[in-house]
Amino acid sequence: MDSKRMPIFEASSSGGDQSRNLNQNHQVDVSNSIDICFDARSEQSLIKFSSNLDHNSSDQSYQTPQFKMNLDPRAMLNNLDFLEQKIHQIRDIVRSTLNNKGRISTQSNEFAVQQQLINTDLTSIIIQLISTAGTLLPSMKNVLANGGSSVGQIPSIPDSASDLGLVGTSQQKLDLVSEGTELSEYEELIKGLGEWDDEGIKSMPADDNDVKDSGDGVSGENLPPGSYEVLQLEKEEILAPHTHFCTICGKGFKRDANLRMHMRGHGDEYKSPSALSKPQKEASSEPVLLKRYSCPFVGCKRNREHKNFLPLKTILCVKNHYKRSHCDKSYICRKCNNKKFSVMADLKTHEKHCGSDKWLCSCGTTFSRKDKLFGHIALFQGHTPALPMDEIKGQGTSDQGHSCEVTTKMEETNDLFSDNAIGVTNVSDFGNAEDDYGFFSMNIDSFNFGGIDGFQ
Amino acid sequence: MAETVGNLCRKMHGGEGFDTLTLDLFSRAPSPAPCSYSKPAKRPRVDGAVTMGKDEDRQNPFDFLSEEILFLILDRLESEPLSKKSFSLVCRSFYTAESCHRRELTPLRSGLLPAALARYPSVEKVDLSLCPTVTDTVLFSVGNCLRSSLRSIDLSRSKGFSHAGIESVVENCANLVEMNLSNATDLSDAAAAAIGRARNLERLWLARCKLVTDMGIGCIAVGCQKLKLLCLKWCLGISDLGVALVAVKCKQLRNLNLSFTLVTGAGLEVVLQLPYLEDLALVGCLCIDDGSLLSLKHECKSLQVLNLSNSQPINHAGLSSLLNITVGLRQLNMAYCCMVTHSLTSSFRKLAKLQSVKLDGCEVTTAGLKTIANACVSLTELSLRKCSGVTDDGLSSIVMKNKGLTNLDITCCGNITDLSLANITSSCTSLITLQMESCTLVSKEGFRLIGQHCHLLEHLDLTDNELDDEGLKAFSGCHKLSILKIGICLKISDEGLIHIAKNCPKLRELDLYRSAGVKDAGIRAIAHGCPQLQITNLAYCTWITDASLRALSKCSDLNTLEIRGCPQVSSAGVIAIAVGCPKLTKLDIKKCYYVNDAAMLILARFSRNLHQINLSYCSITNVGLLALASVGCLQNMTILHLKGLTPNGLAAALLACGGLTKVKLNSSFKPLIPRPLLEHVEERGCVFQWIDKPFQVPFSSLVQETCT
Repeated sequence: MDSKRMPIFEASSSGGDQSRNLNQNHQVDVSNSIDICFDARSEQSLIKFSSNLDHNSSDQSYQTPQFKMNLDPRAMLNNLDFLEQKIHQIRDIVRSTLNNKGRISTQSNEFAVQQQLINTDLTSIIIQLISTAGTLLPSMKNVLANGGSSVGQIPSIPDSASDLGLVGTSQQKLDLVSEGTELSEYEELIKGLGEWDDEGIKSMPADDNDVKDSGDGVSGENLPPGSYEVLQLEKEEILAPHTHFCTICGKGFKRDANLRMHMRGHGDEYKSPSALSKPQKEASSEPVLLKRYSCPFVGCKRNREHKNFLPLKTILCVKNHYKRSHCDKSYICRKCNNKKFSVMADLKTHEKHCGSDKWLCSCGTTFSRKDKLFGHIALFQGHTPALPMDEIKGQGTSDQGHSCEVTTKMEETNDLFSDNAIGVTNVSDFGNAEDDYGFFSMNIDSFNFGGIDGFQ
Repeated sequence: MAETVGNLCRKMHGGEGFDTLTLDLFSRAPSPAPCSYSKPAKRPRVDGAVTMGKDEDRQNPFDFLSEEILFLILDRLESEPLSKKSFSLVCRSFYTAESCHRRELTPLRSGLLPAALARYPSVEKVDLSLCPTVTDTVLFSVGNCLRSSLRSIDLSRSKGFSHAGIESVVENCANLVEMNLSNATDLSDAAAAAIGRARNLERLWLARCKLVTDMGIGCIAVGCQKLKLLCLKWCLGISDLGVALVAVKCKQLRNLNLSFTLVTGAGLEVVLQLPYLEDLALVGCLCIDDGSLLSLKHECKSLQVLNLSNSQPINHAGLSSLLNITVGLRQLNMAYCCMVTHSLTSSFRKLAKLQSVKLDGCEVTTAGLKTIANACVSLTELSLRKCSGVTDDGLSSIVMKNKGLTNLDITCCGNITDLSLANITSSCTSLITLQMESCTLVSKEGFRLIGQHCHLLEHLDLTDNELDDEGLKAFSGCHKLSILKIGICLKISDEGLIHIAKNCPKLRELDLYRSAGVKDAGIRAIAHGCPQLQITNLAYCTWITDASLRALSKCSDLNTLEIRGCPQVSSAGVIAIAVGCPKLTKLDIKKCYYVNDAAMLILARFSRNLHQINLSYCSITNVGLLALASVGCLQNMTILHLKGLTPNGLAAALLACGGLTKVKLNSSFKPLIPRPLLEHVEERGCVFQWIDKPFQVPFSSLVQETCT
């Protein structure tokens, strides 16, 4: 086990108490900035890490040679040595279990403890093996980096390390079913992981508020300007695919918990319940100054130079705001080929509803809800509700004027109607239902629909 | 000649009436200038006639009348279509003048329309309500022929057209102002979108257009911003959204009918913000409830007429809130709505201008009526028709306060007595309309009071009461009486009718349904004394004979005659009516057992305006029915229990009668008539009603016994 790496981590965590403004860390190397760990939730850890970077910048360069020079044959040789060493370790462990098995079979309690130690050793070594082996391949890193830059693919491509971490824990859990003492802690950890996942998902709808520029809380908070501390991240920091990085091997993670899982592979000292548990906020001991964030884009209302500055509440808000407001909208809806988004979650939300916009205005705008269309028409002079094309065509007339206005937009939006079979069939089904069941029942339905949509 | 014409014109402009127009058009006095009023571009055909007719003797003297004068004459004939027809047959110039003068066209069948459109180029109003089937092609031709002269089209009773037809009319006729598309149950939003392109539309009826949704009405709201009247009755596809959009876009709306729609309080709130809204109908709007009315804030000062009938969910709290914001109300209809109590009517206090209150069919308390009496002092119209709980006390308190009452309806208020009548007649002497059918506690003395005090009465309904001849005699002061309904008054006889005949020369409608004491002498007197009679109901007046009908045939305006169940009437009487009353449109001779084919032949020959006839139980055979089928106007026939009728004869008659819309037949005929024929007739727009009533034994034998 790499015992000499432990103090480094300790040192970094001990230095974490001093909260410092990130902007003071101008000396942070741009090439290193990718390594900066951002915790989506706790600002504490961010500060921890940034200060950590300051302190151990020399260590950092020494500790992560394999990360930075992944095409260097010397580094590769180093890694191979490391691997060899690890494989030897595993061999030793397995051998020792074989010897022990016969001897301590009667003392079940002692054996179980032993067994557990062996298991954790095994898993951590295997994780280290895999991660180091991964760094050996230059292409591997590129793939990861690419995956990171296109945020949209991240949910679909499983993060190998985090997956492994989870697998490891669940294996341990299975092994420890008989174990009463540590079981609860592990379970808590797994639960904690689940929570992280949940929060990750839950944060999406909350992001949407950011788009509307109102839901960020701060505008509604009415904090007096001096009552909080303003932090500003750089553009590169905001756009970094990973926010949590292993101080030992440099691997990036999106989530703090995944990093903690990963860290266990670097030694026993990371396996203690305190190291594995969620870092607690020691807010109760001393009054912590509130932290708010500023957008690095000068001129933006969210930038602290703006005279009506509206701070952003969390780092996640910063990220979403920056992508939405100041980045290209690179995600295009595959259904309508029209709507563009800069945040993957927004695209997913849109794609869920895309094509169900059957309420059409003569100006070409579509609405998913009838009351929204009618609000639009009430607002603008000369806009008319446009009937679905098949309704007019189905009755065999040339509906001039009207449809002309529509078709111009229709061509723009390309296959809104032809490609998007769902919307069209829905409408025609609707019509058929009218014919079949008579208009009364159908109209009751539509009324209810209107009632729900409209005025409640 | 010119002076004569000039005088004539002056006379016409002055509005002096004249009965006969005699012009010395045939005198040989030469007239260099035919008429000072003639325009330079006078009928070119006349010039042609002048050049053609080389000798002046052959020139038509009628040609000297200018178009303007002919038009003035035609204006006078507006109410008499038959005279106009005769006018157009005088000569060519008269024919052209009549063609150019006609503004309104009401064809019986849509097949006649192309020819009619060619003849009448300046028609403004096309009423197709008599045509059961109007195809898109017909509408195309209407649009193409009339173009911008068309201002109004009525399709309320027609089927068979689609949005394409409407579109052609709307696109060709830019000046279209009025459109009635009621009952077009198969019209969809596409049609509504077509209507939306009629920018000048001011009045639109869409009653029962159930397929039109919010999208359609949205197109109309955006397109027809000049709308002043909109009827959306029974438009079940329209919700608050559509109604609200109409209210937002059509700011000119005066008259809005939302009856039987699914509009709720939210929609109503937007509607009440219309700046010029005067008349709002919310009949049977079951989705408007008290709670939503309570939240109404915006005042609607312009509203004058409000109809809330059949709206069960509304209670006094909601009504009070609604009346708070509609303080300018003049007419309020709350028929079949809720219980009329003190708390309900106390909200009437805010309505200083209230003139008309209708509470038909409501449960009424005396306290509620007394509160109305205290709140309203300028009522001119009050209807308590079929109200339960109306007492002398309550009614008296209202009529004592509102001396200006002109219209009073207390039909079926069974609890009121002579006391109420005494108060009504003493305080409301200016009554014009009084309807009090089935007020059974009122005695004959009470009815005498009406005649003695209310001399301005024009419309009086005393059906099913204790009225007697003395009471009728008391009406001798009511010279303006035009509608008198005294059916089921068993105590009246010829004596009373003779008094009426002497003193009510303006009588137009007389109802003697089952007033069995009436005999020929009374009817003869009426026919003599009331020459303007138009509608007469003598059903089940079993003593009536042909003599009465012969007398009635002198009333040339008669258009509706019911002599159902008068077994002593024979063909001779019906023939007399047919010959004497050319305007006859409705005839009911059910159970006149002695009326036979002879009457039908004459009827078919003379009553060319007959629309509706009931022939059940008569002695009519195939011959009579076939003759009748030649009447082009005939739309509605009831043919039950005709002994001499065979399936073949019936089939032939159905085929021959092109304009039929409704036929009641005995269900035994259904399997006997070829199915394709029935389908063909149905396709022309006819509806069959198959009746399965058993044959009732005629009690003519009984009647004859009593006669002898």
